[in-house]
Amino acid sequence: MEELLYYPGCSLKDTAIGFEESAIYASRQLGIELKEMERWNCCGTVYSLTADNLMKQLGPVRNLVHAQEEGYEKVYTLCSMCDNTLKRSNRLVKNDPEKLEKINSFMDREEDYLGEVTVKHYLELLRDELGWDAVREPVREPLKGLNVAPYYGCMLTRPKEIGLDDPHNPTVLEDFISSLGAEPVDYPYHSECCGSYNTVEKKDIVLKQAGKITSSAAAAGADLIITSCPLCHYNLDTRQSEYIRRENSSKPVPVLYITQLMAVAYGNSDVCKFDKHAIDPREALALENKALKER
Amino acid sequence: MKLTDSDQDLVAEVEELSGENLYACFQCGKCSASCPFTDEMDELPNQLIRRVQIGDRRILQSKTPWVCASCLSCEVECPKGNDIPAIMEAVREITLRSNVDETDLRDLDTRGLPEIALVSNFRKKTG
Repeated sequence: MEELLYYPGCSLKDTAIGFEESAIYASRQLGIELKEMERWNCCGTVYSLTADNLMKQLGPVRNLVHAQEEGYEKVYTLCSMCDNTLKRSNRLVKNDPEKLEKINSFMDREEDYLGEVTVKHYLELLRDELGWDAVREPVREPLKGLNVAPYYGCMLTRPKEIGLDDPHNPTVLEDFISSLGAEPVDYPYHSECCGSYNTVEKKDIVLKQAGKITSSAAAAGADLIITSCPLCHYNLDTRQSEYIRRENSSKPVPVLYITQLMAVAYGNSDVCKFDKHAIDPREALALENKALKER
Repeated sequence: MKLTDSDQDLVAEVEELSGENLYACFQCGKCSASCPFTDEMDELPNQLIRRVQIGDRRILQSKTPWVCASCLSCEVECPKGNDIPAIMEAVREITLRSNVDETDLRDLDTRGLPEIALVSNFRKKTG
């Protein structure tokens, strides 16, 4: 089994535990062992946009140093926000030796970062290294007839310098959905921001936005939505359920992490920890019916 | 209209913090057209840039930079290559660096919120 270095980030150890467990399971079906980094810290979640303050680059760069210290050239991420922050900080220091030198001289417990680590998102592993045929291969429960809306959000495709697909017309999630035997749903909110951290102090904005995104997906025929961002997941799942209660509106649309959809298609939904979701996806996945039939 | 020293300070500060070229903006409005949250803002993104260009320090009181969550929709649209979220961050930072936080932990009910939301919120709203 091929071993790949994996950076989880904070959410995958807690609220998004079903993302991590399903990713570990799905990867094994593809002959890959995700080896968690021995030492890692928070990536900072949001990339610092100020040109003069290098302090906020230390978190992400330290993680790249740890990958280097553990002897790996590549580190794989699942969370879109971690992926974005690590990639942008990496790009910054690779293109600016002076800043890299300053950061290196500030960090005294770690070895110097040489700027040679590459950060890859799990979707890049599937698309570019394994290929969609390999992703299709372990499918035991083809998701035929299941309509899945891809939700890219912001961090997978923007900015273009580090985005893993075209920011206007991305296709990686559609190809991913098709490879598992489901139908991708086209709708106009696939890349529109969910409101992000405004969910903490401007909850109302996010409630409305979650309602807009999910009802658009539902109107386009989606049975469920997939994402790779734990913050998008919280907003589209929990905030959607609150929106529906408040507005007394239509049927909820469950939201799954990408690797949960893989785990279901590969025949193991136990690793998905669906009980952690605000909107239970089991009915939409017809898992309950299947379980009843098996009995 | 002639800019005073204090007006020009604002332009210089925002340019230094953001690393962007404020005068490159020719007010095409693509940033505001692409922004999903303009309904919640008191100044549109292009209006905020214009106010900085003319050195109007009242923009520091605007709600707009605190609604912007750096989703980068505008960043991929700007025909002049400006990173508008970095300009928003610069405007936020001027307030935060004067030792005024946009949030007070003591007033917040954080129960049930995921860590990813809390960390990003506090990274953006505290100095």
